[in-house]
Amino acid sequence: MSIPSNLFYTQEHEWVADPSSSPARVGITAFAANALGDVVFVDLPDVGAALTAGAPCGEIESTKSVSEIFSPLNGTVVEVNAEVVDAPELVNDDPYGKGWLFAVQPSQPIPSLLDAAAYAALPDVAQ
Amino acid sequence: MLTSPLDDVHRGAHMTEFAGWSLPLRFGSELAEHTAVRQTAGLFDLSHMAQLEIRGPAAGQALDFALTGAHGAMPHGRASYSLMLEPDGGIVDDLIVYRLADAEYLVIANAANRQAVLERLTERLAQHEATVRDSTLERTLIAVQGPRSAEILAAAGLREVATGLRYYTAAPAQLDGVDVLVARTGYTGEDGFEISAPAGEASGIWAKLEQAGEPFGLVRAGLAARDTLRLEAAMPLYGHELTLNTTPWDAGLNRFVDLTKPDFVGKSALVSDDGTPHPRQRRLIGLAGSGRRAARAGYQVLTAADGEAIGEVTSGALSPTLGHPIALAYIDPGVESAPGTPLAVDIRGTHQRFTVAARPFYRRAT
Repeated sequence: MSIPSNLFYTQEHEWVADPSSSPARVGITAFAANALGDVVFVDLPDVGAALTAGAPCGEIESTKSVSEIFSPLNGTVVEVNAEVVDAPELVNDDPYGKGWLFAVQPSQPIPSLLDAAAYAALPDVAQ
Repeated sequence: MLTSPLDDVHRGAHMTEFAGWSLPLRFGSELAEHTAVRQTAGLFDLSHMAQLEIRGPAAGQALDFALTGAHGAMPHGRASYSLMLEPDGGIVDDLIVYRLADAEYLVIANAANRQAVLERLTERLAQHEATVRDSTLERTLIAVQGPRSAEILAAAGLREVATGLRYYTAAPAQLDGVDVLVARTGYTGEDGFEISAPAGEASGIWAKLEQAGEPFGLVRAGLAARDTLRLEAAMPLYGHELTLNTTPWDAGLNRFVDLTKPDFVGKSALVSDDGTPHPRQRRLIGLAGSGRRAARAGYQVLTAADGEAIGEVTSGALSPTLGHPIALAYIDPGVESAPGTPLAVDIRGTHQRFTVAARPFYRRAT
């Protein structure tokens, strides 16, 4: 399962681009997308919404389940991916590319995030 | 955990635990598997389904007493959907009864209810000249479902049954020298077949069907696709639409209850002394919504006007075929429920509009 080395990760299987290259795009990992099965609906925060790191900010539904999206950063939503709202399967097809969910203008403090190696070593992911 | 005789074949699939069995949830994309069954065909491992053999000179009368349908009168080779009830009218299981010979029936029950059905059949058959034998673990059940199913069976060497069997009939056949029972039944809303065979032959039969089906677009399909397929066909699922607290009247399954039989377990709870059916306590309905957000099992059904709670969703998903959310739900029987009636569902705090929809949600072109 692909885990790009230029991204950062959370325990909840979100990825986020380097927060210093703000605004930073956010999505879910290939591991998460594969575990969910076919994504059929995404509910994203509105542009301008204030996000708290670790707090739920949206939902992803697959045929079988509903999962919350947790914000990896503190900050403000500056853009949402309209394309993924219309075509949720992009989350499965291209989780790190066209399947990105929203972009955040980060604010302090920047929480500690996992790098690719640390994410790959999470028990679920490493299995 | 019980494993299917096809467990080795499923390596690489997303597995799930279902009724104590380890089974494939999906092999790849469950939406692709669903679509294949609607457009070409899907191959399912149903080895978890309970296979119970009923034998004896009074097998027909015994089943007439034990279940709700008219089984003694079934012609040979006929399949019949039936219910097993508790004495209080609650549903123990829904099952398919096949009449194989004068004194021989096969009952296919849900995996989760195998013990419950076996115990009750044993008890209810004891007073008749009939016996029940659980052959589940010695057998496999493999389904081919979809519009190309008959061509696939013919290509696999089962041409006679593929062309000769009508819907809801079954016949013995030979596949590569193996004795199998082929039934034209299913749980997807499509044409299709279910093949019962010895467990030791499961891998060979699976491979044979897969090979024969390849030119017709046959794909392996898992439980996730099976669930969305049966939901589009508005077929009830035990544990969701059917429970011990549900009667056949509640579930709208009246036509599978033969009230002309002098007696069967549960009858006295369903009708008053003069034989009139008791009123239902709730009503099973279909719901259709717009957008993409599914109303899922356990969500409350509300009136559209004032958001008053009137029921609960038992199954729901975004319909892969129709592209909009569909659901089955129980509501108070007094509430208007003609198709088109506006209602709402509380989806995690948001009141989403749904309308009562005719069932099945999807019907195959014939």
